[in-house]
Amino acid sequence: MSAPNVLILGIGNILWADEGFGVRVVEEIARRYRFAPNVRLLDGGTQGIYLVDQVRWAEVLMVFDAIDYGLEPGTMKLVEGEAVPRFMGAKKMSLHQTGFQEVLALADLMGDYPSHLLLIGVQPVELEDFGGSLRPQVRDRIETAIAEARRYLERFGVEWVPSDGESGAFGEEMPHPSLRLADYESGRPGPDVACRIGDPRVLAMRGAG
Amino acid sequence: MSVQTPNGFELDTSGKRVVVDPVTRIEGHMRCEVNLDENNVIRNAVSTGTMWRGLEVILRGRDPRDAWAFTERICGVCTGTHALTSVRAVEDALGIQIPENANSIRNIMQLTLQAHDHLVHFYHLHALDWVDVVSALKADPKATSALAQSISDWPLSSPGYFRDVQNRIKRFVESGQLGPFTNGYWGNPAYKLPPEANLMAVTHYLEALDFQKEIVKIHTIYGGKNPHPNWLVGGVPCAINVHEAGAVGAVNMERLNLVSSIIDRTIEFIDKVYLPDLMAIASFYKDWTYGGGLSSQSVLSYGDIPDRANDSSAENQMLPRGAIINGNLAEIHDVDLRDPEQIQEFVTHSWFSYEDESRGLHPWDGVTNPNFVLGPNTKGSKTRIQEIDENAKYSWIKAPRWRGHAMEVGPLARWVIGYAQGNPEFKEPVEKVLTDLQLPVEALFSTLGRTAARGLEGSWAAHKMRYFQDKLMASLKAGDSNTANVDKWDPKTWPKQAKGVGTTEAPRGALGHWVVIEDGKIQNYQAVVPTTWNGSPRDPAGNIGAFEAALMNTPVAKAEEPLEILRTLHSFDPCLACSTHVMSPDGDELTRVKVR
Repeated sequence: MSAPNVLILGIGNILWADEGFGVRVVEEIARRYRFAPNVRLLDGGTQGIYLVDQVRWAEVLMVFDAIDYGLEPGTMKLVEGEAVPRFMGAKKMSLHQTGFQEVLALADLMGDYPSHLLLIGVQPVELEDFGGSLRPQVRDRIETAIAEARRYLERFGVEWVPSDGESGAFGEEMPHPSLRLADYESGRPGPDVACRIGDPRVLAMRGAG
Repeated sequence: MSVQTPNGFELDTSGKRVVVDPVTRIEGHMRCEVNLDENNVIRNAVSTGTMWRGLEVILRGRDPRDAWAFTERICGVCTGTHALTSVRAVEDALGIQIPENANSIRNIMQLTLQAHDHLVHFYHLHALDWVDVVSALKADPKATSALAQSISDWPLSSPGYFRDVQNRIKRFVESGQLGPFTNGYWGNPAYKLPPEANLMAVTHYLEALDFQKEIVKIHTIYGGKNPHPNWLVGGVPCAINVHEAGAVGAVNMERLNLVSSIIDRTIEFIDKVYLPDLMAIASFYKDWTYGGGLSSQSVLSYGDIPDRANDSSAENQMLPRGAIINGNLAEIHDVDLRDPEQIQEFVTHSWFSYEDESRGLHPWDGVTNPNFVLGPNTKGSKTRIQEIDENAKYSWIKAPRWRGHAMEVGPLARWVIGYAQGNPEFKEPVEKVLTDLQLPVEALFSTLGRTAARGLEGSWAAHKMRYFQDKLMASLKAGDSNTANVDKWDPKTWPKQAKGVGTTEAPRGALGHWVVIEDGKIQNYQAVVPTTWNGSPRDPAGNIGAFEAALMNTPVAKAEEPLEILRTLHSFDPCLACSTHVMSPDGDELTRVKVR
């Protein structure tokens, strides 16, 4: 039996604080490991239709994302198989879940649904911070998320070959270097030069003191 | 009681209020409220941007050469077009000239986005406003085959093929799975297609989904990666080597030939599937003439697709630049994005404050001071608004105006300007559509006209991809493989202070980035995106924006299923993909729908 196609996908918007969790996990994996050609790493951003073809290619799909599970902020939760699309369509707060649920449905409609599906999600602490980065509780989950992914993918014979550092470490489908976590965070304009407040809920809270 | 706006619309707020409220965090969140009269006709429309966003918040102090990578992330749909606009703004500020090959490749990238976005918009984001999936299940595959063969020689058209697809959709719908066909208003009386036309369109929905992945391979080839392709201040980041002997990863002949073949197939798919479907669907909606809004009076385009590199004159732009105001198609005004008197943003009805809000500010002088206050007639609370008070501030979108006029931007604006200029590339296809459908020119100014202009532009873009690919190949054959100018890469070569503007015509309309650079860093960065123009709130004079205008006077068959509202809003291809809630006047959720 040949090795199955494995897609390791991070989704979310890195500009919205913990929304960037999924992308930051795959970025970290890409920095540290290399894989055989049957394994693809992808920074999916907030793409919709584009991801359908990627999902159709995959027999094993692993998705990292920030999900509103209604749990303690920073909690990580794994959802497997048939529950994934239903879970991502849960009402609650939508993030871009509706979009990805539709991506899965379209892949299904085209007759190419992944045989194995694992969602590794983390409950966000903060989303309403445009230009901000991961909060510490969420950033701490990156390691656990990678460990869970390794455990899950073991049964499919996925080998995680340590990378020799920067050379070729970033796969082609990773964020541009200027967006990598460290540069993204250190280059953020201070609140004195760029107002960070704007969301009505934040403003309402500020008004209330 | 009704109020007349300066731009000619009669607003009456006395009727029942219906709220369509998307909840998402992708760029350009939008909520819409309308008042319906006793006959369910829209007599007032209010468009609210519900998300605050300012690019300076993420870009101030960063390296201007990296700005494109950040702007690529603000939106999940048009990544590359923001990046292109950004590199153009920085090049404009620093006086950087780009090689001809870079211009050709950028145009191919931008046209690829146009062709791809228009195709995907039509089938996957808009078609189901016109096409009833459940009705398609009742179609006779043989009659569907006859219909398909009568409008196109596209080979996939046998009765057996349509029967197979019908069975596939039937199984999918019956399985009750969540997906694109959930939450539709199936059976709504506003759907007018016979079952066979519905089946043909749904079949092509699937074919287009399969085909679109081919088109974006061009982004992967010239942009190095996808869905977030690479860009470069000074040119394009892809090296080209036709002799296979150069740098590793350079674009070689095999890749160039692949691009060429994708372009041929894109032209064929659009001309043999997309356009015939568009015409067939339109022929059943000829009497649905609503949604024109501002398109017959005030339209704006910055122009794009420069034929030659480094020539920003209007004559060099293959997509026309210009402004039409007061419905006078005989006069096309030139547009200058540097002129502080032309493009200005107002905030009287936006949640921002200026020192003097009776005046607008040019983007280079733009300030973003949030000021979230609600009018006295607001219903609900600050955190859960049930009904907005549009007499006060009511949107996180500023109100951009061109010489004080509210403008529509996008494919219809571009095609109205091209048509008014008498440019045969635009005029002839428009006239053919009107003649074939036996419609007067006024029909162009409608929701359907907007949808048709997008289709014509998709075909135009695909053919222009061929033009620039041929131009690139000719240049390479002549021995010029230069794709980047790095003479001014080093910030030491830059002036202490510089400001620039970059523009594109994004699939959904005019896009501008204004940058101020100081000591090698970004000092200010402002973007006016197409959905800002189209979704703008009112201005100090009381002019309503393009979304609001387009919804006016449209009858809604069933208030609890605002299919007609979505149809018109979707025809603008608003930059959002989101789930929405339709709220009744008492705040109870009525129906859950999808707005894209």
